[in-house]
Amino acid sequence: MTLREVKEILEAEVIVGEDQLEKEVKTAFSADLMSDVLAFATAGSLLLTGVTNPQVVRTAEILDIAAIVMVRGKWPSQETIQLARELRIPILSTRYILFETSGKLHARGISGCIEKVGGKTDAGRTI
Amino acid sequence: MPEERYDGRFDVEGGNFRNAGQVSSKIKNILKDIGCSSDIVRRAAIVTYEAEINIVSYARKGQIHLLAEPDLVRICVDDEGPGIADIELAMQEGYSTAPAFVREMGFGAGMGLANMKKYSNDFEISSVVDVGTQVKMIINRSEG
Repeated sequence: MTLREVKEILEAEVIVGEDQLEKEVKTAFSADLMSDVLAFATAGSLLLTGVTNPQVVRTAEILDIAAIVMVRGKWPSQETIQLARELRIPILSTRYILFETSGKLHARGISGCIEKVGGKTDAGRTI
Repeated sequence: MPEERYDGRFDVEGGNFRNAGQVSSKIKNILKDIGCSSDIVRRAAIVTYEAEINIVSYARKGQIHLLAEPDLVRICVDDEGPGIADIELAMQEGYSTAPAFVREMGFGAGMGLANMKKYSNDFEISSVVDVGTQVKMIINRSEG
């Protein structure tokens, strides 16, 4: 699915990355805790979150996250927008709550980065 | 086989959330440039970022020493700060002494040290109260 389709499904506004809407995404991770994002999210995924500070962009950069979707109508601070522009990480904002946002995307074929914890990663480490 | 090496030190300022993560970004790009695999780059970036967030959250200042060899990446983190009185307790997932402003950023849930250990092949931590904390993490490049 492209970011453009994500935008349409979530009736989202594109705050950063209008020029990157053809980017493809297949997986997503939903969380407000950045340490959990660092623990479980995979490269190329969407990050669905209610966190709006610059740390969410840094976390996305560290993990090569494809785009950030801010839920519950959250809007990033000017500092967050600036950093996202600099690092070329798209930010969308949707008025749907995290549960609905995740559900709508899942129903259209986006799957979770991982299904549940306690399994093994590719490198054989327990997660 | 990756052949290139790197040896460098980076200063991190305590309390400066504006720049939190900058050193981790730098380290991520350096490791990418010297030919580390994406899995190694990712693991090194995650552990460095958690360590950097810890310095910014708790310490006065700190230094991150990155050493990349053909077979491993070593990240040593050394801070001047309050130290950790009970390391065993601090290592437990969910235990945290983080103040509200750290939690508001999406951190401080007691996952940082556990994440660092999880993504390293070798993890060592030592601390002296009122002096500082040292963390040494090794990631084997052969796994990537």
